[in-house]
Amino acid sequence: MQQDKTWGNRIFDFLNHGLLLLIGIVTVIPFIYILAVSFTSPSEVAKGGFILFPKEFSLAAYRYIFSTDTLIRSLGVSIYITVVGTLINLLFTSLMAYPLSRRYLRGRQPILLGVLFTMLFSGGMIPTYFVVKSLHLTDTLWSLMLPTAISAFNLIVLKNFFQAIPDELEDAAKIDGCNDVGVLFRIVLPLSMPAMATFSLFYAVAHWNSFFSAVIYINDSQKWPVQVWLREIVILAQSRIGDTSIEETEIQPLTIRMAVIVFSTIPIMLVYPFLQKHFAKGVMLGSVKG
Amino acid sequence: MKAETAAQTRPATRSDKNLLWRDIIKNRWLYIMLIPGVLYFIIFKYIPMYGITMAFQDYTPYKGILGSEWVGFKHFSRFFGEPQFWTLFRNTFLLAIYNMVFFFPLPIVLALMLNEVRRERFKRFVQTLVYVPHFVSWVVVVGVFYMLFTTEGGAINELLYNLTGQKVAFLLEPGWFRTMIVGQSIWKEVGWGTIIFLAALSGVDTQLYEAARIDGANRWRQTWHITLPAIRSTIVILLILRLGNFLDTGFEQIFLMLTPTNRDVGEVFDTYVYTKGLTQAQYSYSAAVGLFKSVVGLALVLGANKLAKKFGEEGVY
Repeated sequence: MQQDKTWGNRIFDFLNHGLLLLIGIVTVIPFIYILAVSFTSPSEVAKGGFILFPKEFSLAAYRYIFSTDTLIRSLGVSIYITVVGTLINLLFTSLMAYPLSRRYLRGRQPILLGVLFTMLFSGGMIPTYFVVKSLHLTDTLWSLMLPTAISAFNLIVLKNFFQAIPDELEDAAKIDGCNDVGVLFRIVLPLSMPAMATFSLFYAVAHWNSFFSAVIYINDSQKWPVQVWLREIVILAQSRIGDTSIEETEIQPLTIRMAVIVFSTIPIMLVYPFLQKHFAKGVMLGSVKG
Repeated sequence: MKAETAAQTRPATRSDKNLLWRDIIKNRWLYIMLIPGVLYFIIFKYIPMYGITMAFQDYTPYKGILGSEWVGFKHFSRFFGEPQFWTLFRNTFLLAIYNMVFFFPLPIVLALMLNEVRRERFKRFVQTLVYVPHFVSWVVVVGVFYMLFTTEGGAINELLYNLTGQKVAFLLEPGWFRTMIVGQSIWKEVGWGTIIFLAALSGVDTQLYEAARIDGANRWRQTWHITLPAIRSTIVILLILRLGNFLDTGFEQIFLMLTPTNRDVGEVFDTYVYTKGLTQAQYSYSAAVGLFKSVVGLALVLGANKLAKKFGEEGVY
């Protein structure tokens, strides 16, 4: 769309660009600040002020948080529930979405209605807690993965996506001797890679960021994911995670907390560039009604 | 297809039953694939719904739902009778209204601004920046706010101190609680919220703009008369969805922001259920509170959808 080069338009563009740039910078500046302080020496932090680039570079905070294996172990837990949890999500969701996308399947409508209803009404926290507890899942990592195995919303979007794949491909595969499982794994899923990529990233982000289910279901601090430690250290201000033989004066509690924030955010930020390619498409997919 | 229509017109006979069986056997793999998913929904969604019955009992875990004593609406009348009820009601309601008024319009405004940018690379650059906070957890968001706003060396307070010589206890002062909550939501989600509007905007017919320019409309008027009406239905649908989740005030966020000093303004239905149920073991009582919230939530979704249809919009379902 060509706009006339009038003064009014130029001023409009100038203000619009300037404001957008400002919004963008305000959004990321807190991250830069946290990152910079986490690498700054204790003496410079003690002086205070707004640090956006460390003048005296220091790894003291990181040495402290890595001085015991508490956080490293929690990183392992988080990676485990993110990877295994996402695989469970994808398997469960696509296994259920495929039969539901076959219009000739008997009993399809009532099952779909049953799924939709769970989006409107739920048993709530307490009854769900008792289900998880009576299945003996509490204090196991399964409690962080199984109760969220399928997102009803994602299931319905994926069902619609599968429905849009031409039936002729299914027929052809069946003539070649494939059963329905074969059709799903050899034909339908490979054709749905953009959708699967989007869902796996959304599911993975949710697993990585979840902390409340761990607060409810996991008492054993050895099995805490990173986010729970993050809350303990940053918000509840409990900094006894590192080696206490390191002199307290050597490091600032503030720096430790910032280092923990960085530590827990870096992995998800590493997938961000990869994410970006897909998620716009993924959200469009989700907005299609059906 | 033939068998199906035939089955509808005359009473079921043996051969129809055989047909159904043949159908099931033919599609057995599809049914087998359904099993894990159906089991998931039964175990983790429907059994908890059945578990709601504990709200009408004096539930003790070792007696279970079948063995516990029925007490009718005892827990509900206790809840409605408590002064706490109105505090929770007010807190939940006010936070929801704050979010509706201050948060909801912003992604629309930002999307309109981004839509006016012709330089693709600049647009993508700004988008990349504003999407980032969506991908971090609430713990990180609240943590970052703590670090910035704390009176003990937080950057914002340092800045404020240098400018005015005073510090403000943003995190402890109850009066700042709602502002902080809405501020966090804005920072985290506004950028991400633009995606759906940008998608809707990309579908607007560019000829409309040309016609408007010939009629002498400047860019403000073009936005007002063409762009906004074009995304009206998207706005309405998102508004309904928001209304449907009106009472879900961002549980994790509020849970993280609650401190003993701001409980009077910060405690909402969800956090109350957690405190009473899981930390004080008043299972039946908190299940009753949870049920109250779910029922009000359900009524809101249905009501909002009906309202939308009345205004001639499509509605969500």
